[in-house]
Amino acid sequence: MEKVIQGKAYVLGKNIDTDQIIPAEHLVYSLSNPEEVKLYGKYALSGVPPEQGGLPEGNIPFIEEGSFGSEFTIIIAGPNFGCGSSREHAPFALKVAGIKAIIAESYARIFYRNSVDGGFLIPYETSEHLNQLINTGDELKIDVTLNTIENLTRKVTYTLNPLGDVFSIVEAGGIFAYARQENLMAQS
Amino acid sequence: MAQTITQKILSKAANRTFVDAGESVWLNVDILLTHDVCGPPTFDIFKEEFGATAKVWDPKKIVVLPDHYIFTANEHAHRNIDLLRQFAKEQGLEHYYDVGSDRYKGVCHVALAEEGFNLPGTVLFGTDSHTCTSGAFGMFGTGIGNTDAAFILGTGKLWEKVPESMKFTFEGTMPEYLTAKDLILQILGDITTDGATYRAMEFDGEAIFSLPMEERMTLTNMAIEGGGMNGIIAADEVTERYVKARSNKPYELFRSDPDAKYHSKYSYDVRKLEPVVAQPHSPDNRATVRSVQGTKITKSYIGSCTGGKLTDFMMAAKILKGQKVSVTTNIVPATVKVALDLEHERYDGQTLKQIFEDAGCSIALPSCAACLGGPADTVGRSVDNDVVVSTTNRNFPGRMGSKHAGVYLASPLTAAASAITGKLTDPRDFL
Repeated sequence: MEKVIQGKAYVLGKNIDTDQIIPAEHLVYSLSNPEEVKLYGKYALSGVPPEQGGLPEGNIPFIEEGSFGSEFTIIIAGPNFGCGSSREHAPFALKVAGIKAIIAESYARIFYRNSVDGGFLIPYETSEHLNQLINTGDELKIDVTLNTIENLTRKVTYTLNPLGDVFSIVEAGGIFAYARQENLMAQS
Repeated sequence: MAQTITQKILSKAANRTFVDAGESVWLNVDILLTHDVCGPPTFDIFKEEFGATAKVWDPKKIVVLPDHYIFTANEHAHRNIDLLRQFAKEQGLEHYYDVGSDRYKGVCHVALAEEGFNLPGTVLFGTDSHTCTSGAFGMFGTGIGNTDAAFILGTGKLWEKVPESMKFTFEGTMPEYLTAKDLILQILGDITTDGATYRAMEFDGEAIFSLPMEERMTLTNMAIEGGGMNGIIAADEVTERYVKARSNKPYELFRSDPDAKYHSKYSYDVRKLEPVVAQPHSPDNRATVRSVQGTKITKSYIGSCTGGKLTDFMMAAKILKGQKVSVTTNIVPATVKVALDLEHERYDGQTLKQIFEDAGCSIALPSCAACLGGPADTVGRSVDNDVVVSTTNRNFPGRMGSKHAGVYLASPLTAAASAITGKLTDPRDFL
């Protein structure tokens, strides 16, 4: 696990559901064939209405036309990120696009589990309304050990909620790595 | 220690006598459900983690029901069905319901019930968020992703955090114009789309136990729209009759203790409730139909796991008999069984199929179809600035296809009444 995650912020609103993260029509591509996997990067967040993507201004594309990856590394969002369907394709698509961490006020259960158990990205929670304090494009630095996020553009540091029980799964890199480490798979 | 029904079922699955809300426990899984969208990636992860020749933990406990992208020319979608077929063959999965064969069923949550897989007291995990539907049978059902499902495939176990429970009691006798869809949209308006996150939603009261199984499934189906881990209704004689007609497997009945602890309790008198819709673009954006009456629509859609069951079509037929629709109206039976029932079940002397055809509706083949948009050639998919009244369960932006469309979630009665007038219409105008 990387101890420091640094990169540009992409800011979103509340209730970003899985159809906005990866629209259902794209769920047909393979998650293991490298050529098809690229398409998940291309279409990540393509269901977000343009004016609600890249706040506060909006209309900032997450993926440039013709590209398969994003210039942004960290998503900042309001409450209930990842609500809707159970598609693991959602955190997978964000990872393919280049997202390493999300900082939201809360998550829907399945998206949260998928992010952690699949080892795709770190879903941090915060009690502050960071999506109103950070602008799309701000340079951010997350210190995974200290549980802090520093806005290098605005020279402000915020504290993130501890990951708690799931930290060990995040640290191991997903549920399979964790289960091996803890000898849970040998039992079954 | 007192426990809720959800705690009791999870205690049993964890080989314990008591589990407390908030603790994480390892559960033994009774059934794992998957379909054509999440099955192939789940199988890939299983092979990668357990080995290319690994065998699943119990082939009898895996149910594979392709239902999402079935009637489409999309080649990737066809390829995914081939991958399901291949894995089912390799692993000897007897509960695989192949597309293009007479075993094909349709929408997985409804087919699980029809085929007798829903048994009170059991634990079901499925790679679909609406797996909570099965909670209508006094069992625990919840959605998971591919990685968790692959873990179950290999081990038969999964960790879960025991949820706190919220209790929703509905008293009174259901009026003719009110449906389970109105009840759940009422709740969602009150608690919002994350009001039940990581919690169990338990439904209780005279009105709930007066509902047939299919209507109970409409309620539990949409627990996930409140963020709920599971929705649950204790099994009663109605449940047992339904289950016994479809399965000879043993099951166990659980009920919440009277002094069990709840996160919160909500109470409603159904005689005071009205038909409601969820306005674009969120299932919690509730309004009474009367307050938005007259809003122009371009489509009416009656289908899906929550709104495409026989009871849903009986309700729609009651309104549509002898009428003509004025907008495109898609009738999408959830399963092959429901589609056959449309040909045999009658309302007021006519089969439902005749009623719908006479009214000018178009009847599609059974699958998830446009509930989640789907490939470009999907029946009923919304286009451009469509305004759809739909009996489905989600209306986030782009859910039924077009990002620019607006979807009003409604009961089959409201969707049918609105189809006739071309405007949002309270079903009481036609009853």
